[in-house]
Amino acid sequence: MAALTPISRKPMSLVLPTVAAAGGFFGLFVGTANGSGLLGVLIGAALAVVLALVYVSVLKNEALSKWINIALFGVLGYVFGGGIAPAIIGLVYGWFIHWFTYWLYEGRYRARLLPYLTPGQVLWHYSFRVICGAIFTFLITPILVVMPLSFNAQDFFTFTPEMLRLDPAGYSLKHYQDFFTNNEWQRSFKNSLIIAPIATVISVSLGTLAAIGLSQSHVPGRRAIMAVMISPMIVPLIISATGMFFFYSQIGNWMEGTLGFNKTFVGYVKVVLAHAVLGIPFVIITVTATLVGFDRSLTRAAANMGANPVTTFFRVQMPLILPGVISGGLFAFITSFDEVVVVLFVGSASQKTLPWQMFTGLREQISPTILAVATILVAISILLLATVEMLRRRSERLRGMSPS
Amino acid sequence: MKTKLTALAVTTALVAPAAMAQEMTIVSWGGAYSKSQLKAYHEPYTAKTGVSIINDDSSAEAVAKLRAMNEAGNVTWDVVDVVAADAMRLCDEGLAMEIDPDTMLAAAPDGTSAADDFGDLLVSECFIPQIVYSTTFGYRTDLVGDTPPTKICDVFDTAAYPGKRSLEKRPINNMEWALLCDGVAKEDVYDVLATPEGQDQALAKLDTIKDDVIWWSAGADTPQLLADGEVIMGSTYNGRLFSVIEEQKQPVAMLWDAQVFDLDGWIIPAGLSEERQKQALDYIMFATDTQRLADQAKYISYGPARKSSAPLVGKHADLGIDMAPHMPTDPNNAKNTFLYNYEFWADYRDDIDAKFQAWLAK
Repeated sequence: MAALTPISRKPMSLVLPTVAAAGGFFGLFVGTANGSGLLGVLIGAALAVVLALVYVSVLKNEALSKWINIALFGVLGYVFGGGIAPAIIGLVYGWFIHWFTYWLYEGRYRARLLPYLTPGQVLWHYSFRVICGAIFTFLITPILVVMPLSFNAQDFFTFTPEMLRLDPAGYSLKHYQDFFTNNEWQRSFKNSLIIAPIATVISVSLGTLAAIGLSQSHVPGRRAIMAVMISPMIVPLIISATGMFFFYSQIGNWMEGTLGFNKTFVGYVKVVLAHAVLGIPFVIITVTATLVGFDRSLTRAAANMGANPVTTFFRVQMPLILPGVISGGLFAFITSFDEVVVVLFVGSASQKTLPWQMFTGLREQISPTILAVATILVAISILLLATVEMLRRRSERLRGMSPS
Repeated sequence: MKTKLTALAVTTALVAPAAMAQEMTIVSWGGAYSKSQLKAYHEPYTAKTGVSIINDDSSAEAVAKLRAMNEAGNVTWDVVDVVAADAMRLCDEGLAMEIDPDTMLAAAPDGTSAADDFGDLLVSECFIPQIVYSTTFGYRTDLVGDTPPTKICDVFDTAAYPGKRSLEKRPINNMEWALLCDGVAKEDVYDVLATPEGQDQALAKLDTIKDDVIWWSAGADTPQLLADGEVIMGSTYNGRLFSVIEEQKQPVAMLWDAQVFDLDGWIIPAGLSEERQKQALDYIMFATDTQRLADQAKYISYGPARKSSAPLVGKHADLGIDMAPHMPTDPNNAKNTFLYNYEFWADYRDDIDAKFQAWLAK
């Protein structure tokens, strides 16, 4: 279908304004970085138009003009940006604006589309992709910016001139070293690794049971119960945290005083329970969603074959709702692992978790160790999610649920 | 279920060793300051007594948290580092225990009693002073032209020093500096500031630079802004500036003129069990003796609160430079200092705060 659409050259009245807009957009960033956004827009637009005219009307050689353009912007970037990095940006931009000009001029943008689309539909087709790309960029860039900064040789959140020149002296692993050798960071990392998994196990067990119970049609007032169970997700965290602080203080005093438990142990119990409460709604919601697609006649069939309810649950129901349980568990884990408000209230210093340490670190001492930790956490999250996804696909394949 | 049991067993195993040794929680400000306390006080104390110390960097919200803890009957802190003004509030509310300097604090090596050694710095019955710090300005040496600023009023001179400045997002210090630079004599500043007209005068002076100000709220902000070159000058605690200049080697210099002195020190929360209180007092006795206070100055450029510690201040532990010239109390730096008036701010803080915030929002 694609190659059948005939393409033809487009008039300059379409090409030039569009190229000018693209050039102006890029000029806006360069101009803003150098003091005047407006001037940047004007120069960027003018440059793009003039070059487009020269290449298309005078030079008339696409391959040659491509290399001229790439070299030109590379040199511009090197001279005005003063370094390797701006030069690379210049090279990329030079390639892009040249490709863009010819893409418009030769009408190549229609080549892969259906022949009967109106210009409006073509415009929307590409705008839609640009919007999606922009959303993706805005979501990802803040995370990506952090990563090079974590290799900063200085103790500030600053792209130093050495870093921008890609000079090895501007980079160092010392913030990673700090994370792995600093007692405070190691202790909080260990605490997070203790608290989050236990809280997850508790929320998954209780949340799954609650979801199954609430999905039975004969439970009285199940909507009200559901609302109460979900409430930790809806009530502002600071309010639940304040309530939890007073509630768990009493429980903690009782456990220490009457039962004679050790203070540190009681502290962990309090934080784990508080985090489990926060995680339960996520498990309930995901498991309830999977239970909608669960066929009740399977449990009746199991009972018919002589299985007791416990066996039925573990052998029949659990395997089928497992994806919901696992994703609920992941959410519960992330909630606990990322949580800072409740632990600040309920925990004492011996239960300091990683987010707590990052929070105080950010406020009291802006140290790039925080960025190093953030980078490590992002890497761990990607690995974790990728592993879960791969396991899920593997089990689907094994059970013959997916066609591949 | 099996995983759950294993997980519980693991936790118990991890928790158990901590239960054997004695532990205390000490609250402080975090960053380089907590590190200096760790090196000068905590590590020697643990070596001497075997008590392990857990740091909690919560001093910024110490007053609110102590109130909540007290209400819940669950005070988890043993010793808390606060500024003098907070110590006074906590003492007034009965949240901190009173300290008798003569029996609870160590005497100086020459036999001078602790009360005399600390002298005027014992501003509250509950407060054991630790350091004298100052809030002052630093400027970028490469961004202020050929004549670097020498006077506090250069901060208000946007014609001679164009560029952004960072000031703390609260009236304290800013109002005083504004009046000083609006022609009010140093000794009259608080009298003028007590009147509504004086407050308006100070805000009017601040108005002249409002467009050029970036407001900070955490001590680490100004160092970061200076390092970025986003501001050409900014106020912060002198120890932070020392770290920017000497440890991070940034092109920054000190402007000591009209630096405002303040005190920071320990309190012991009220309502501790007898055993924990004894422990806390033992720590305080150790950590505020003459040698320990002088030791802290090896790691951060704050002046020790005891008179007898001053001659013992030596060189920086890592850099090997003399610390005395970097102390806010050094005669060269303290040519023109400004004394922070606790009583005034205790009385007027709420009113002026409200006015200041309204002005900020305008």
